[in-house]
Amino acid sequence: MAPQIPGRIAYVNARLLDPVSRLDAPGGLLTEGETIIAMGADLFAGGLPADAEIIDCQGACLAPGLVDMRVQLREPGEEHKETLRSAGEAAVAGGVTSMVCLPNTTPIIDDVAAVEFVARRARKIGLAKVYPYAAATKRMEGQELAEIGMLAEAGALGFTDGTKALRNAQVMRRALAYAATFGVMILQHPEEPSLADGGVMNEGEMASRLGLAGIPPAAEIIMIERDIRLVAITGGRYHVSHVSTGEGVACIRQAKARGLPVTCDTAPPYFALNELAIGNYRTFAKLSPPLRTEMDRQAVVQGLKDGTIDAIASDHAPQDQDSKRLPFAQAECGGVGLETLLAIALELYHNGHLTLLEVIHRLSLAPARLLKLAAGSLQAGQAADFLIFDPEPAWRVNPETFRSKSKNSPFDGRPVQGKVLRTVVDGRTVYLADA
Amino acid sequence: MTQPSQFTQRHLLGIQGLAPQEISALLDLSDQYVDKNRSADRKMNSLRGKTVINLFFENSTRTRTSFELAGKRLGADVINMQASASSVAKGETLIDTAMTLNAMHIDVLVVRHPDSGAVQLLSEKVNCAVINGGDGAHEHPTQALLDALTIRRRKGHLDGLMVAICGDVLHSRVARSNIHLLNTMGAQVRVVAPRTLLPAQADRLGVEVFHDMRQGLVGVDIVMMLRVQHERMRGNFIPSIREYFHFFGLDYEKLALAKPDALIMHPGPMNRGVEIDSDLADDVERSVIREQVEMGVAVRMACLDVLTANLARNKI
Repeated sequence: MAPQIPGRIAYVNARLLDPVSRLDAPGGLLTEGETIIAMGADLFAGGLPADAEIIDCQGACLAPGLVDMRVQLREPGEEHKETLRSAGEAAVAGGVTSMVCLPNTTPIIDDVAAVEFVARRARKIGLAKVYPYAAATKRMEGQELAEIGMLAEAGALGFTDGTKALRNAQVMRRALAYAATFGVMILQHPEEPSLADGGVMNEGEMASRLGLAGIPPAAEIIMIERDIRLVAITGGRYHVSHVSTGEGVACIRQAKARGLPVTCDTAPPYFALNELAIGNYRTFAKLSPPLRTEMDRQAVVQGLKDGTIDAIASDHAPQDQDSKRLPFAQAECGGVGLETLLAIALELYHNGHLTLLEVIHRLSLAPARLLKLAAGSLQAGQAADFLIFDPEPAWRVNPETFRSKSKNSPFDGRPVQGKVLRTVVDGRTVYLADA
Repeated sequence: MTQPSQFTQRHLLGIQGLAPQEISALLDLSDQYVDKNRSADRKMNSLRGKTVINLFFENSTRTRTSFELAGKRLGADVINMQASASSVAKGETLIDTAMTLNAMHIDVLVVRHPDSGAVQLLSEKVNCAVINGGDGAHEHPTQALLDALTIRRRKGHLDGLMVAICGDVLHSRVARSNIHLLNTMGAQVRVVAPRTLLPAQADRLGVEVFHDMRQGLVGVDIVMMLRVQHERMRGNFIPSIREYFHFFGLDYEKLALAKPDALIMHPGPMNRGVEIDSDLADDVERSVIREQVEMGVAVRMACLDVLTANLARNKI
């Protein structure tokens, strides 16, 4: 049954946060059907429209819906960990209205039919909008290029071998060159596999004390440095996913200064946690890339402040209990993140690193622009995808309340601030917090 | 065909470096041979007593046959040597092979070799004239000449034409020779290919580079398709045949962007349905692919004629 198309809705008494116009001011927003038709500080100065439904935001923030550019969906293939529906519910509860999923499902998204499957399923569910990345190489084996041109035509927003690095330099070179033919980007999991092989956490004192095999920061830095040289000779559009090391950030900063088409994102664990979160072999803190040192964490924050790091993505990676309740070395990597994305990102605001508008920018407009998605804006004519949130209320992360099927949050038990009150997708309220 | 030609080179190793009048001289003479070949009396004896050896280190049917026929039409003795059947298979080096053949007092050596530069190396060691029948990804001068002859006969001239060379430029000696020839003769050249099939700094070769075939074909007079080599189709340079054809295969829809009287060329052998739509390849209104083969014999006759004459003059 198709959802009913809403009429005119006036959102009044809001604190508008629009990264496009850099507006941070009290005002209102008017939607009609699936579209924003007006927005501004003085929008309702002449009185409220008689025919519109009125929603009083009571001073809460109204911002573009979050665009999460790195989410692992487990459907098709591992529906016991997450489905498109459970991820959609988690997304809208977290204020995410668009998310881009990795191709590492079963089957792998490396052909046009798989791209269309994801788009069709997500449309049917009608929660957050879902867009896929497609595999950069066939079967994500890192050898033969996938049909990048046809996959891009079918709607793939970028090309990546997911949680596997494109390890072969020649293949990476050709992938960058070939993708540039069609103006699409290659996303890299920046980790030199031969250096990371066998490692389960960041290499250093902590790993030595725990007796765990380490992954040196150099594994990330070498891969980023190598790729930047390949970008220089191919002109290919290159994006570093979840940068976690200070030197990795520095490499990207230099590449950008040289004018190379290089961008990057990071995820909340890398600016909110360090390797100490592993504590006594806590597998929920086993991530890929691994949590790094406090110095690295601070460098990632600095990268977010100076704009080297373009975007923040949740890096949502659902794992079931059987995958995590294991000796540390055997446990799967990854943490769920859709429902904590905003609250953890707001720490950057509460700690004085970014303004509220900058936090929203990194979570919405910046990734939308990287992906060439018409999102991340409250301008008239845009799809009515936004959230209403209060940045102040304190709460404690409790994964048992998550809508996500998996509960493996590295932020389990963390006191945070900021609450999503309402999420709107295409003009329809798809999430409303309990009063 | 008796007066000294403007083409005074001893060998024909490549197009790069030839002057416009040298190219024109070869094309003018080729024109005469086209007429001769179409007449009933097409056997000549101007090269009687001369020996031409086709030394092919790479498989070839059409180029070898074309040279063989050209030599025989002119009355020369033509011998074909396939590398696998010769002493090369026994480990003889390229230069040893050249010296051996040189000792037999031959007049023209036509050489095809998979390595760029091999034909030139060989030419430095022999007393006869050498024609490059294609070396690696470097040059294939007689192909460029026959392409130019085909265009000139259809369009009346080469200068001012817009030519799009489409496909695997990276590995193509045909593309390189054509780029040199067309630029020398005042045509404008575009190359159209995915970035993985273009050589580095392709724009420095005197061409305009396009990655979108639809843009690259707008307003062109000539569409020159290149053969895609199946051994490169396994995901290394391009993902698949179907994707390649979708974006870089020539079909009626893409051709509609070229000039209404644009000609389609292909050096052969064609992969139908990979780089060119099968019906389009056979469309007599647009495709001059058969004509190229005919021009090939005439061009090679002209080259053999001029080079043997130059050789005789140099000996006196």
